[in-house]
Amino acid sequence: MSSMQETPVRTTVATHGDAEGAARRDVLFAMPRPSRRFVPVWRRNYLVWRKYLFERVLSNIIEPLITLVAFGYGLGSLLPEVGGATYLQFLASGSICMSVMYSAKFESLWGAYSRMDTQKTWAAIMNTPSSIDDIVLGEVAWAGSKALVTGLAMLLVIWGLGVARSPLALLALPVLFLAALTFSAMALIVNSLARGYDTLSNYFVVVVTPMVFLSGVFFPLDQLTPWLRMVAQWLPLAAMVDLVRPLILGHTPQHLLRDLALLLAYGVGCYYVALIFTRKRLLK
Amino acid sequence: MSAVAVASTSSEKDRASDVVLRVRDLRKLYGGEAVVDGFSFTIQRGECYALLGPNGAGKTTTLRCCLGLTDPDGGEVELLGQPVPQRAREARIRVGVVPQLDNLDPDFSVTENLVVYGRYFGLADAIIRERIPGLLEFASLGHKKDAWIGELSGGMKRRLTLARSLVNDPDLIFMDEPTTGLDPQARHLIWERLKQLLARGKTILLTTHFMDEAERLAHRLAVIDHGAKIAEGVPRELIRSHIEAHVVEVYGDGATEWAHGFSRAQVSRLEVSGETAFCYAADPAPILRDLEARPHLRYLHRPANLEDLFLKLTGREMRDEA
Repeated sequence: MSSMQETPVRTTVATHGDAEGAARRDVLFAMPRPSRRFVPVWRRNYLVWRKYLFERVLSNIIEPLITLVAFGYGLGSLLPEVGGATYLQFLASGSICMSVMYSAKFESLWGAYSRMDTQKTWAAIMNTPSSIDDIVLGEVAWAGSKALVTGLAMLLVIWGLGVARSPLALLALPVLFLAALTFSAMALIVNSLARGYDTLSNYFVVVVTPMVFLSGVFFPLDQLTPWLRMVAQWLPLAAMVDLVRPLILGHTPQHLLRDLALLLAYGVGCYYVALIFTRKRLLK
Repeated sequence: MSAVAVASTSSEKDRASDVVLRVRDLRKLYGGEAVVDGFSFTIQRGECYALLGPNGAGKTTTLRCCLGLTDPDGGEVELLGQPVPQRAREARIRVGVVPQLDNLDPDFSVTENLVVYGRYFGLADAIIRERIPGLLEFASLGHKKDAWIGELSGGMKRRLTLARSLVNDPDLIFMDEPTTGLDPQARHLIWERLKQLLARGKTILLTTHFMDEAERLAHRLAVIDHGAKIAEGVPRELIRSHIEAHVVEVYGDGATEWAHGFSRAQVSRLEVSGETAFCYAADPAPILRDLEARPHLRYLHRPANLEDLFLKLTGREMRDEA
């Protein structure tokens, strides 16, 4: 049979290695070029969400109710005032941030990973005029929207229970949306590097949960030792809480510009990094 | 040609010459190793062109380069008059893709899959809804329009994927092993639909390792191995030019030894694979006469086909899944 071999020998081209690397770097690191085509990606996810609308909204309302009743009323009755507010008010304004973050993270971890890896939905979209840049933007925008609904539901619960009723709280909504976009972009970096669902769980345990305890959701940051307080200053969730808590309780945030700038910087930076790693993963 | 070549842009030139896809000297390296190694081909409008090759030959990578889903390390791709990857997005507006593995959206019904996919092309819902009955009829899925994807059989999913690839009314359709994993009935139905598409003037780029599929559908084909083209042409002509007209496959104890007893004039080429001897001959009469006296040897006499050509060109060794 060896006489039948007419096939060319596989060639190894060592000298082209550098050119190969350089061209690939250009593609991977290209500036984001999203287009209006991110909208159908958003709409796809919205359509799935709408199918389970009742369950989603119900869980959006019941979960914060449980948190507030159990911790706020139960634990709160044992505690004195915290930072000029009742513990229930303190907790409610912090846990709205936590819930919004969880909502965005879950959507951009388990949701996005299923669409990218398990269902190959992204691969199907990439065969159309939509590109990876559109997909990633669509996913971020979608996670932000979904998390905003979570935040809105929680705000209604807070108002309904009479925990806080300042009209300033409406200004918290754009902040919640911006922060949700940021958390989604962060999660999409993990998504693009994940080897399986275990990676997502590990990220949650190692990064997300500790961040909740270091960001002033359950207790004020001045309870932390100085070096942990230093770390906490640079956490996006801490910036979010620092903005949202006063707005809900009817005050002006103290570090408005700094906190907004921090969230924005995390958001834009993470979106770009997520894009690079997603391109690396999918444009092979 | 030059006398009428007044067109200035390449897309106008292509319209004149009806070239839908032009690939020139395509190269793609992975880790310094060439997976596509200087591959060139051209597809004319209305043609079905097949890429035939063993697993790992570079078929899917070639398709990905053509769609702009991966950047080649060398060569040029021009898809529907657009340079790829630079303007791949624009080119893909008029392209349909049937991927190797179904990636229908499991969260949606049959109809919703078509609507959602059409939106990715920027089509208005009204236009998509107008097209859906025709698409479902084409896929013989009219009775399943509200079914969930999980309720569909493998053949139905494939047909829906085919219908989905037509939602943007494409000029060119990429089909990556469209019938792999289907039962014979389902395969025949897909083939029949592909012929309908060709009759409507669509252009198809098909990859397959099913020889009967390529022989039935392809107007022209390229055999590729290790990322390079090793033969190209019209299937019948390729077989005629590379392979003797007759093949006698002989099985049974001692088939190999028996086959070696023939002279070069009687069996112009002999291939042994396992316990089967493949005797290639211009005139099979002496072989068949001899076989009649040997009832312990079973045999099959058939005309040479694409598989013979393929195996001659790519060898009979097993290929790793790439």
